[in-house]
Amino acid sequence: MSEWDDMFRENILDHYRNPRNQGALEHPDITYEDANPLCGDKIRMDLNVRDGKIEAVRFSGQGCSISQAAASMLSERIEGQPVEEVRKLTRDDMLEMLGIELGPVRLKCALLALKTLKAGVYGLKQWPGEEEA
Amino acid sequence: MNRAAGATAHREALDARTIRSQFPIFRGARPLHYLDSAATSQKPDAVLQAMDRYYATCNANIHRGVYRIAEEATAAYEDARRRVATFINAASPREVVFTRNSTEAINLVANAWGRSALHPGDAIVLTEMEHHSNLVPWHILAGLGEGLGGAPSVRRAGAATIVRGDRGIEIRYVPVTPEGELDLSVLPSLLADGRVRLVGVVHVSNVLGTINPVAEIARQAHAAGAHVLVDASQSVPHFPVDVQALGADFVAFTGHKMLGPTGIGVLWGRRELLEAMPPFLGGGEMIREVQLGGSKWNELPWKFEAGTMAIAEAIGLGAAIDYLSALGMDAIFAHDRELAEYTLPRIAALPGVRVLGPPLARRGGVVAFTLEGVHAHDVATVLDADGVAVRAGHHCAMPLHEALGVPASVRASFHCYSLPEEVDALVRGVKRAREVFAR
Repeated sequence: MSEWDDMFRENILDHYRNPRNQGALEHPDITYEDANPLCGDKIRMDLNVRDGKIEAVRFSGQGCSISQAAASMLSERIEGQPVEEVRKLTRDDMLEMLGIELGPVRLKCALLALKTLKAGVYGLKQWPGEEEA
Repeated sequence: MNRAAGATAHREALDARTIRSQFPIFRGARPLHYLDSAATSQKPDAVLQAMDRYYATCNANIHRGVYRIAEEATAAYEDARRRVATFINAASPREVVFTRNSTEAINLVANAWGRSALHPGDAIVLTEMEHHSNLVPWHILAGLGEGLGGAPSVRRAGAATIVRGDRGIEIRYVPVTPEGELDLSVLPSLLADGRVRLVGVVHVSNVLGTINPVAEIARQAHAAGAHVLVDASQSVPHFPVDVQALGADFVAFTGHKMLGPTGIGVLWGRRELLEAMPPFLGGGEMIREVQLGGSKWNELPWKFEAGTMAIAEAIGLGAAIDYLSALGMDAIFAHDRELAEYTLPRIAALPGVRVLGPPLARRGGVVAFTLEGVHAHDVATVLDADGVAVRAGHHCAMPLHEALGVPASVRASFHCYSLPEEVDALVRGVKRAREVFAR
């Protein structure tokens, strides 16, 4: 197995090729867009919240397989969950979903969706992991 | 070297294989196909040894100590400056200012020249092809950007965009054609009102390899009373550049793209302009006399070299210039172009590939492309697994990518040690990336 096979686990390719919850919500309660200045990757997250729960989530954007797969996986993870869950999600949670290890440059690809989500939900602008350090 | 079909045999062609053996990074256990020389070049033994020699035999601060090794260090540092001056045909070594890199050289001009010479109502001309290093210093000067002022006023003049910030200084942009060349048809109209004080232009695009007709641009700029700043970061390392023949007033380049170390760059400026400019950074060495009520500046070039400079790196750059000169800049350029000629048809023939930039005749050793349905990062990651190093992203040229309508690109770039089989590995990898990621 090459490093390359390790990196592009079928899981990531599956989410990249068949993204879950891709698109936009017509009347989002929360919408936020962010970009990674390093590579220009963009993610927008739309959320509908009812009774403290994330009722619907859609993401859109452009970028590499890791950034887009991460957004897809994250959307699945939070849909139907209490908004409070978003606060608890960490960098390690995101990496666990992706199932890969990444160097410092590609790490930002993996964390862009979570960063965008946290900024949209409670205004936290740091990269996930920084606030926990 | 395996000659590509149709490649012209060069009488003094480089022996890239022998050259390669003189670079320690290529002697490592893992094979490295290094196609990112536009980001930074690799360093030959001669450069590393010159820096080691300084630290091991004459490490001392320059222009200060009167003891033996301090004299030796000063002589080595100033000798490097003379080599740079000869290499670019400066009229005098006094016109050669050492900086940290091209970015710092341009910031020096923007601050020292720009703050004293630009007044509200004045304009500068830049191009949409510029690296961020020749955009952002001018944005800061003009008060354009986050926290620097209100929203800029933006207007169009034909195909050109013109912006003006709170400080009343306009930036007029020469647009880029879909083929990735400057649309110079608009330049006369941008210069027409006589308010342009400076034209800043990249000599060779770091993304596309486009070689811009700088001498012609300089001629028009001077006729309109404007000075000319050339970002030569991608030209000085790859072909002969004669700053006097170029007709520029300022030329910026960096050591690490020309086989030298990081941390050392050059600003060349016409002497009378440098003489008239106030200093950029203040501190030791750049002064003649300091009193509590004020200071007098040192003479050129030291007026612009505050604090202890990158002595070892300057010496390393001098050694890099010796190495490049021994190979011959004409031969290096021929080698770059031969590889571009080898690469272009092979990469363009792959399904989904769109090659960016002009035809071979107007480009250097750079090939940038996009792969349909596959993000540049993913292409680069697949390539990395085969030991192929390329750049993926916007290459610090976001406005250019915007103009070309692509969010990111993959870039392969060459230098004297690059080989055709590295291109073959690139082509194989791009094909594989398409198979894996196409959706």
